[in-house]
Amino acid sequence: MDEPRVDELTGRPTMGHEFDGIEELNTPMPRWWLWTFYLTIIWGIGYTIAFPAWPMISGATAGLLGHSTRGEVSADIAAHEASNAALVAELNAADLATFDPLTDLHRYAVARGSSVFRAQCSQCHGAGAAGAVGYPNLLDNDWLWGGTLEDIAHSVRHGIRNETDFDARYSVMPAFGDILEPADIEKLVDFVPTLADADWDSAGGDLFTENCAACHGDQGLGDSSLGAPNLADAIWLYGSDHDSLTATISNARFGVMPAWGQRLNEEDVRAVSAYVHSLGGGE
Amino acid sequence: MTSQPDNLYAAREPIFPKRVYGTFRNLKWAIMAVTLGIYYLVPWLRWDRGPNLPDQAVLVDLAHRRFYFFWIEIWPHEFYFVAGLLIMAGLGLFLFTSTLGRVWCGYTCPQTVWTDLFILVERWIEGDRNARIRLHRAKWTPRKATLRVLKWTVWTLIGVATGGAWVFYFADAPTLANQFLTLTAPTVAWVTVAILTATTVILGGFMREQVCIYMCPWPRIQGAMMDDSTLTVAYRDWRGEPRGKARDATAGDCVDCNACVAVCPMGIDIRDGQQMECITCALCIDACDDIMGKLGRDRGLIDYLALSDAPAEQAGKKTRPIWAHILRPRTILYSIIWASFGFAMMYALFIRPEIELAVAPIRNPTFVTLSDGSIRNAYEIRLRNKHGEPRQFGIHVAGDLAVRVELEGTPYETITVAPDATHRLRVYLTTPNQSDVAKADETPIRFWIEDLGNGERASATTVFNGKGEP
Repeated sequence: MDEPRVDELTGRPTMGHEFDGIEELNTPMPRWWLWTFYLTIIWGIGYTIAFPAWPMISGATAGLLGHSTRGEVSADIAAHEASNAALVAELNAADLATFDPLTDLHRYAVARGSSVFRAQCSQCHGAGAAGAVGYPNLLDNDWLWGGTLEDIAHSVRHGIRNETDFDARYSVMPAFGDILEPADIEKLVDFVPTLADADWDSAGGDLFTENCAACHGDQGLGDSSLGAPNLADAIWLYGSDHDSLTATISNARFGVMPAWGQRLNEEDVRAVSAYVHSLGGGE
Repeated sequence: MTSQPDNLYAAREPIFPKRVYGTFRNLKWAIMAVTLGIYYLVPWLRWDRGPNLPDQAVLVDLAHRRFYFFWIEIWPHEFYFVAGLLIMAGLGLFLFTSTLGRVWCGYTCPQTVWTDLFILVERWIEGDRNARIRLHRAKWTPRKATLRVLKWTVWTLIGVATGGAWVFYFADAPTLANQFLTLTAPTVAWVTVAILTATTVILGGFMREQVCIYMCPWPRIQGAMMDDSTLTVAYRDWRGEPRGKARDATAGDCVDCNACVAVCPMGIDIRDGQQMECITCALCIDACDDIMGKLGRDRGLIDYLALSDAPAEQAGKKTRPIWAHILRPRTILYSIIWASFGFAMMYALFIRPEIELAVAPIRNPTFVTLSDGSIRNAYEIRLRNKHGEPRQFGIHVAGDLAVRVELEGTPYETITVAPDATHRLRVYLTTPNQSDVAKADETPIRFWIEDLGNGERASATTVFNGKGEP
């Protein structure tokens, strides 16, 4: 290893090492660069004191500034809710019977309701609200309990066939397997899908008028005040094939829904009702 | 046993550029006046866009995500215009560097312009080069302290004005100026001004050439952009060497007066040849021409020169004319690419519609069966109204399909969109149970909207999903 010397060509000192005849000149770094480096070290130490940094046996040092990302999220949520407070108050005061869908308040309600729906309703009714067998499709214009915004809000708030809410929607269809002969049920199963264009003089017609018309109506058009479905339309909650209809008439069907008024606050009940009402089937 | 060299780190050598007079200095003054003028004054230009839009000619409206540039308004989805401008700026830099070396660095870079301004202030307060060197070496006296404090105060004021002008591009300038005066400006504005004041004073007042040498990547990149034909500031050593006294007949033209070194803002000697530190500000040309003029010798001992011309000139042959250096395949190619981007963007700007329509079919579920058996598809439609006033649109489906259009929340087929806004709405198409579109698996359809005010139209294609039964 050579001693540092002055390079003849450039007049600069060398670093004092040489590899295969190649030497490195000493080109000093600017001193402010060194200070900047020290500053970043000091900054780094200060940062770990000010912010959560050092891992401990359980958790980590909290930092003098008391910062936490979770706290930041909570603060953001709180700020967001505070900024929406006026809209929420307005929503809770709105008259659902005359809620104008072309207002900013309605747009807010639908946007809010959309997230409520995804969190609370999509498990049964589907993320797109298209429902499934036994879980009503909320996009169509067929409503068991009425499709006005007030009807929907009542169903959401009090639920269907649950015993925890006195105002819950409640309908009971007898299990006709205990009442009618299998042959008569067979005749009804054949008759009901033809209701839109029915031959009322047939045996099935007689059976329908005798057993079903009390709730489902003389023409089978249903009654939303009783929760009796329209049997003359194209929509079948439990299927319209022979086996499904036989099972429905013999055993009856009882869908249930929780009373969301017990779990959600008022603005969320109203918002999710407005959302469902805005999906294309609202009356 | 080895020993380390003494200094691995070196303090900055202070530089005291001398006042210089000449063509390039005048050009630099002019460019400084124009660039600083643009920077400080543009936020105050007004541009009437009607009652619903801001009247500031150049405004970056971050809150509403709009960029206004005189008659042009850029929405976030049109950010490609900004990307295109950045590409053009990059290509422009390539073009100018391959033609004239670091002409950007020497004349128009903000670091150069502000440093020049700060040196001007320094000269007004502390005097020219020799006075400043004396003051620098002098012990601290009340006079020195007064001059320094005065200089730093003026620098800080320039820094405040610089940071202040910056924030005016992001808010209505008169309103924000009023907020500053009444101390009601938003915190972010104060913080931005403070940071930019600090960077302006530190970079323009204290760091100066250190920024160019150690912090800026451009000196490293320029090597790839320049070639032998690039015109750059150089010393005609074959004419100047050997240096000697003016009376000495055997010496070259260079009288070793050091005028070129004294005026250099980078503190280098151009006679050492091209070097990374040189920003080609050409002040040494002015300084040398001045001396040569006084000695009655030809100007141009230091001059804009191309490396490729040196051998010809030394041999006394004819050199290539200036235009041959400027118009080369490389520079022509850069110009063509640069211009194509410019023309493409201008074309895109001119054909840009004022109303736009985007349609997304809702696929969960693909269709809904209604109680009478008819089939309904839902679509999420975005209507964009770029006009400065509200517009009413009719929404239709093109062709002769058996579909009925319904808009969510209204019995009408028209919708009003607020000025300069996007309106999102659900639209339904319903078709009878036995229609062709109901039975088909998928039918291509086209939505179109019409501005009921002036008949302007826009359209978008999508599909109608049917039952897929034969």
